[in-house]
Amino acid sequence: MTDLLRAEGTAPLRKVLETKNMELNFGPQHPATHGVYRAVLTLDGERVVGIESIIGYLHRGIEKWAEYRTYPKATPVFDRLDYVGAILNCHGYVGAVEKLMKVEVPKRAQYIRVILDELQRIANHLLWLGTHALDLGAMTVLFYALREREVIMDLFEAMLGQRLLQNAYPIGGVRLDFPKGWDRACRNFLAEFPKRIDEYETLLSANRIWVQRTRGVGVISGEEAVALGLSGPTLRGSGVYFDVRKAVPYSSYEEFDFEVPLGERGDVYDRYIVRVREMRQSVRIVQQALDGLPEGPLMPEKLSKIIRPPAGEAYFCVEGTKGMLGFYVVSDGTDKPWRLHVRAPSFVNLQGLERMCVGGLVADVVANIGSLDIVLGEVDR
Amino acid sequence: MDWNSPFMLTVGLPLLKIVILLGVVAFCVAYTVWLERRLLGFFQSRVGPNRVGPAGLIQPIADGLKLILKEDIIPTNARPFLFRIAPIFAVVPAFAGFAIVAFAPPAGPRASFLISDANIGILYLLAITSLGVFGIVLGGWASGSKYPLFGSLRSASQMLSYEVPLTFSVLSVILMAGSFRLDDIIQAQGKLPFLVPLILAFGVYVISAVAETNRAPFDLPEAESELVGGFHTEYSGMRFAFYFLAEYANVVLVCCVATSLFLGGYKIPFLPYETLLAAHPWTVSLIGLAVFAVKAVAFLYFYIWIRATFPRYRYDQLLKIGWKVLLPISLLNLLLVAGIKLAMLR
Repeated sequence: MTDLLRAEGTAPLRKVLETKNMELNFGPQHPATHGVYRAVLTLDGERVVGIESIIGYLHRGIEKWAEYRTYPKATPVFDRLDYVGAILNCHGYVGAVEKLMKVEVPKRAQYIRVILDELQRIANHLLWLGTHALDLGAMTVLFYALREREVIMDLFEAMLGQRLLQNAYPIGGVRLDFPKGWDRACRNFLAEFPKRIDEYETLLSANRIWVQRTRGVGVISGEEAVALGLSGPTLRGSGVYFDVRKAVPYSSYEEFDFEVPLGERGDVYDRYIVRVREMRQSVRIVQQALDGLPEGPLMPEKLSKIIRPPAGEAYFCVEGTKGMLGFYVVSDGTDKPWRLHVRAPSFVNLQGLERMCVGGLVADVVANIGSLDIVLGEVDR
Repeated sequence: MDWNSPFMLTVGLPLLKIVILLGVVAFCVAYTVWLERRLLGFFQSRVGPNRVGPAGLIQPIADGLKLILKEDIIPTNARPFLFRIAPIFAVVPAFAGFAIVAFAPPAGPRASFLISDANIGILYLLAITSLGVFGIVLGGWASGSKYPLFGSLRSASQMLSYEVPLTFSVLSVILMAGSFRLDDIIQAQGKLPFLVPLILAFGVYVISAVAETNRAPFDLPEAESELVGGFHTEYSGMRFAFYFLAEYANVVLVCCVATSLFLGGYKIPFLPYETLLAAHPWTVSLIGLAVFAVKAVAFLYFYIWIRATFPRYRYDQLLKIGWKVLLPISLLNLLLVAGIKLAMLR
């Protein structure tokens, strides 16, 4: 700047008045990045010209770590990937090992898994809703959402002994049946919860400021979303019909009647409304599963104490809370995985951020990061 | 001591009043923070501060102590002199504005409940409150850091944009009352508070005032989720406390001014104040003070309610509302009021 000023008189005026873009470090310690995510923004005033994602601050080498553990011993660590949707991570991993071993999970265990999975999805979406609203300045929704999440946490604690990182499923099925009174507590929650969702929608969907902040912000078309490999609510917000539960049904999902909510324009509002509607659908699924819960064993009868899958490879994916959560396991016939890879939806979805943010304002970056629902534990692994 | 000596009347009494008012305002500001935290707690199905003292009543004092005892950090990139004096720029206008607020009807010729009975009271108020932006702009710029710079730039344009509709809405009040004196304006609301005839101006005033004081949903200069803390990101300890104090003093001031301009100040509608006042000056004055306080706290409650309900506006949307919505409405309202006034004069 000073050089330019000194050149005054010789340089043309346009040159003298030239402006420079500003680089702004957004994170890794920033309240709106939902973890240790760092973005370097190039700004022209308040307008975003470029955004560079820098990740890796939470890398723990979970995939490599798992290679040094026997199959059952590796299970708990996957809860630490997406730590607000831990049950689904666990389901993805044990599902991959079961597929590798060609183990048939008993019907009752499949239904129990569906119930817990969907409750976990609601819990995750609640935390997302609260923090996303907080990012946009609506602080009250967070506390309402946490209030309901607390009930789900209590249900998990009663069933699995843990609230956040439950280590929910063993390879082959589920450990224990529902404790006494759990069914009723869960049904009470399901009866109450849709009314609470209406409450959130009164505060947000019906709020002009909220709609103005989210409509037309961070638009990503269906084609672009598919090309970038986005999945989950982020993809469905752009109007693409893809849900692993419908496309490749696992754990008896084909037996349940539920809809896949879709957005129209692919903006922040659509991604928001898709998740809110998904919570309603999850309630439906849990209700159906509780009603139609079959009797039977919880673990397969013929399962050896030492898990030693045959040599080979298997890929199994579940509809995680953030999107398509896949586990790829390669076995060399020993009791430890030879190689393990996680297709983390948060990591892939983060690719869409640049497309969403460039051309918008700084405040939109916050809205976009929130609408992606990333968890850094899963991005960095 | 001779209370009637010229020295006491011109210097002593005002000084005494100033000292008392500063104390009262500082106290009110501290308990505004407490009230806000308690109310937000109730809005959000949680408790709020309730550990320090009964119902958390000593919490503001504990917070103040903590801030005083904290280290005063000046960043290496900061311009030290401006960085040091900027909070003072913020806090002085916020408190100076209270000088013309009439809290209660005078109980006697020398027992008025205001410091300066200036005949241009409203103009003084508008002038002094718009000085507050300097504290924010200087503080943000002198911090030598990017987030505060953003906060102060936003603040400058925001306050500039909202000053205009705010002034126009106040102008219609002045037209109605026919005076710049705050006391005259309150007297003019004897039968009916200006809230009813000037409902448009009141709406514009409320929205602009929220924006002027940088409060949600217009809290862009601090926007904790975008700019971390906005203009005061780099401040700590006592200097941060000054900004905090200034913000809440402004909130209290806005509540007091709104009470005076639109809600009828210390008056209860349809009550013959003058005759009562002549009979029992002190009783009526104190009742007036209580009425004023109730109205101001009701307005404050509304303020906090807004914060608990709404998300934050975006920068460009905020300016759009200021220039494209509030300004035309306030101008229209001013024309209407002027027209009616003219028709009545004819």
